[in-house]
Amino acid sequence: MLDLTYDAPKPKTLSGATGDWELVIGMEVHAQVATKAKLFSGASTRFGAEPNSNVAFVDAGMPGMLPVINEGCIRQAVKTGLGLKAEINLFSAFDRKNYFYPDLPQGYQISQLYHPIVGEGEVLVELGDGTARNVRIERIHLEQDAGKSIHDMDPHMSFVDLNRTGVALMEIVSRPDIRGPEEAAAYIAKLRQIMRYLGTCDGNMQSGNLRADVNVSVCRPGDYERYMETQDFGHLGTRCEIKNMNSMRFIQQAIDYEARRQIALLEDGKEVVQETRLFDPDKGETRSMRSKEEAHDYRYFPDPDLLPLEIEQDWVDEIAANLPELPDEKKARFIKDFGLSDYDASVLTAEHENAAYFEAVADGRDGKLAANWVINELFGRLKKEDHDITESPVSPAQLGGIVELITKGDISGKIAKELFEIVYTEGGDPAQIVEERGMKQVTDTGAIEASVDEVIAANPAQVEKAQANPKLAGWFVGQVMKATGGKANPKAVNEIVSKKLGL
Amino acid sequence: MSELSKLKIAEARDALKKGDVTSVELTEACLAEIDAAGALNAFVHNTPDLALEQAKAADARKDAGSLNGIPLGIKDLFCTKGVASQAASKILDGFKPEYESTVSQNLLDAGAVMLGKLNMDEFAMGSSNETSVYGDAVNPWKVDDRKLTPGGSSGGSAAAVAADLCLGATGTDTGGSIRQPAAFTGITGIKPTYGRCSRWGIVAFASSLDQAGPMTKDVRDAAIMLQAMCGHDPKDSTSADLPVPDFEAMLTGDIKGKTIGIPREYHMDGMPDEIEALWAEGRKMLTDAGAKLVDISLPHTKYALPTYYVIAPAEASSNLARYDGVRFGHRAKLGQGDGITEMYEKTRAEGFGQEVKRRVMVGTYVLSAGFYDAYYNRARKVRALIKKDFEDVFAQGVDAILTPATPSAAFGLGEMTDADPVAMYLNDVFTVTVNLAGLPGISVPAGLDKQGLPLGLQLIGRPWEEGDLLNTAYALEQAAGFVAKPKKWW
Repeated sequence: MLDLTYDAPKPKTLSGATGDWELVIGMEVHAQVATKAKLFSGASTRFGAEPNSNVAFVDAGMPGMLPVINEGCIRQAVKTGLGLKAEINLFSAFDRKNYFYPDLPQGYQISQLYHPIVGEGEVLVELGDGTARNVRIERIHLEQDAGKSIHDMDPHMSFVDLNRTGVALMEIVSRPDIRGPEEAAAYIAKLRQIMRYLGTCDGNMQSGNLRADVNVSVCRPGDYERYMETQDFGHLGTRCEIKNMNSMRFIQQAIDYEARRQIALLEDGKEVVQETRLFDPDKGETRSMRSKEEAHDYRYFPDPDLLPLEIEQDWVDEIAANLPELPDEKKARFIKDFGLSDYDASVLTAEHENAAYFEAVADGRDGKLAANWVINELFGRLKKEDHDITESPVSPAQLGGIVELITKGDISGKIAKELFEIVYTEGGDPAQIVEERGMKQVTDTGAIEASVDEVIAANPAQVEKAQANPKLAGWFVGQVMKATGGKANPKAVNEIVSKKLGL
Repeated sequence: MSELSKLKIAEARDALKKGDVTSVELTEACLAEIDAAGALNAFVHNTPDLALEQAKAADARKDAGSLNGIPLGIKDLFCTKGVASQAASKILDGFKPEYESTVSQNLLDAGAVMLGKLNMDEFAMGSSNETSVYGDAVNPWKVDDRKLTPGGSSGGSAAAVAADLCLGATGTDTGGSIRQPAAFTGITGIKPTYGRCSRWGIVAFASSLDQAGPMTKDVRDAAIMLQAMCGHDPKDSTSADLPVPDFEAMLTGDIKGKTIGIPREYHMDGMPDEIEALWAEGRKMLTDAGAKLVDISLPHTKYALPTYYVIAPAEASSNLARYDGVRFGHRAKLGQGDGITEMYEKTRAEGFGQEVKRRVMVGTYVLSAGFYDAYYNRARKVRALIKKDFEDVFAQGVDAILTPATPSAAFGLGEMTDADPVAMYLNDVFTVTVNLAGLPGISVPAGLDKQGLPLGLQLIGRPWEEGDLLNTAYALEQAAGFVAKPKKWW
């Protein structure tokens, strides 16, 4: 098991006129499955294609067309389930969710209401302050995405782009275990991190590949504990669902606004009405989309075009056996094997590409030093130019070379920074650059002694002062470093200066 | 020339092989018959140029398929590439698919010639071909001057084959839509096991019940045509990945030692004596041929019709949601201020006929929140019991089940117009159980009633054993010796 143990964070509490209120949040995260083809057709899922160019007949709801399950999507869903330590259902089935909308050509969405492919799981959500929440996953089901309606291209007409129609989504449904806006953002970030490690969703929120419906309610302190004890939702407040959020910042704003809105209603003696709401980022508020009474009756029923999906335990086992190391395990290993701090390990494991880069740098070298250089120098420099790790001009071998030169004492930290800049902008082998450009640290005591002697001889007044006040010896060290172009080993210079001055 | 269209598929195949006739000659003969048969309203989209082109290609072909050069009619429910395919509905007005259904493609691959598209009930919903946007198809059989229904929903297919406008036709059967019209017109029609024929490219009515099948002049032709139509299709998840035996080769006529079940629940109150008598004759024919009869019970039979009329409309209400005026087919003219909701409502109100609307509304109702368990879910459970009834008798050694195909002979067009819709639904009483259980069923003409109208008997077989079922039907056909033809009046 993991070595990572955390205390649970405190729930977000808002003070009202009548006392304190706590937040209770559950989320339905829609993650686009990373596959080449759609869930039930061979059409491409490529983002940014010409409108209506990635559309098979079945995606357009043409008469007589039939869906056929894409095995790749099933594999990705199983992989995601395993990554969330969830139960994999060997039997699952697809249902139709019926409603009319122009971007839903079949007049129904194929989803999994009654028998989802993934059952209960859990996710450890760290909050960066040494606390972490264990969020329970209720289920993950596969479903088709809808197309896109475009209303602003023409004053009289609406247009429909079916490229996204039928693309596979995983809907990851959590229990109401999230207790504040920050936790909500951290939860999505953690799901995103895990799915990116697994390669099952690219997690791109801007292009809508990861979006969330957020259920928010408020309760009095103590109510939530009663709910946890009994699993009786009666202890919790009435929830509202905020639909289709695809920004961490907006999710947090929306939750905060929604909680305050509900508290204001309750303290005013009014009731919270269960409904679906939309967040308006310009105004920073949520507004009603449709009430429970206006809610669609989706008339779910098993899709007769698709047989129930039965998968073999062996197949699941094979996927499990080939699962990559997940963020929690990797972080624990970094802390244990490289002696990293919790913070450094978190930073390095945030993206699996970062972790892989770090491991290549640290391989056979000083792990802590490698971590410092990756995080402080490399990440800092990349961030300046808005690059990510995959665009780094410095390879792990090059950065590893720099770390090695430091460890051997061949270059000082200061020179190392210069060297890094050269490698970053010009490229090349660090050891060779040091050699060719004479950047090697001078540890030859003879050479240093000669330099110290020179400085002492040229500055008799300073010698007197320093002998009276040993703190001033640093001036001589500085002069020697200057004279040697910074290449002298500072430790050696210090010792020799002290000795020569008789301190 | 016109005699050529009277040929059966097997006869035409042999004549073509011997070089006694060409496909172009056969095709021209059929086209001439079709042109002269406007009164039957069987063909609704004719494709003479395409047919002649295909016929010429067939005549030139060296490696000929099993149906090479055979002119056939295709039910309008099948999507045919570049040819109007509108399920006899206004809502698919002008729709010409860019794809060919698997079944019709299989037929073309076997060398068949398509003469055109055949009339049917709108979206295959009906038992009299009176719900079609093209108007009624008319039965070539007639009593005095009374025009009769050819049955439905594959009424155009049945009329066309019975009137020798083509050598064979495709049908589809969701609750009896092949077998009932076959019985009403004195031809043979088989609905194979669910999953035997691909549903890809066939406009869906009720997906868990729909199956395509051939409608032909005799059992041998049914075997030949079914052989070409069926087979595994990876584009239909419900299509069975099973080998297809040589059905024609299984037609030995030998049914000695076979056990035929006679279900007591199919003796219905108020069933005409003639139907009872025909059924009794059928039992005797099979006994004479060496089969053993056993009384069997299918206890849930009485629930079949209500079960069917919950499940089929439920699936239809969802399947027909795509006809919304957005992408193809009919779109209503909109008024000032009309939005998307008005577009849907007006388009569907104008585009669908009464029977389709009725079923969409029933289907929407039985699936709605609060009613789902009482109707749809309960119907699914009853369906499982009906299926089990059959499994039980097959497990007891029954090879096939003999029943009447329909509760009456063909009735007059317009006679049921003012009747309770349920009266029309009763036409399916002997056939729906077979769809609910997913079994193969065949209707074979077995005699004439007092008015001189054909009557059919139904044989129900074990799943995937169409070969065996066809052979039993072949024996029944030989014993019945049904050769009557409608007198040409059109």
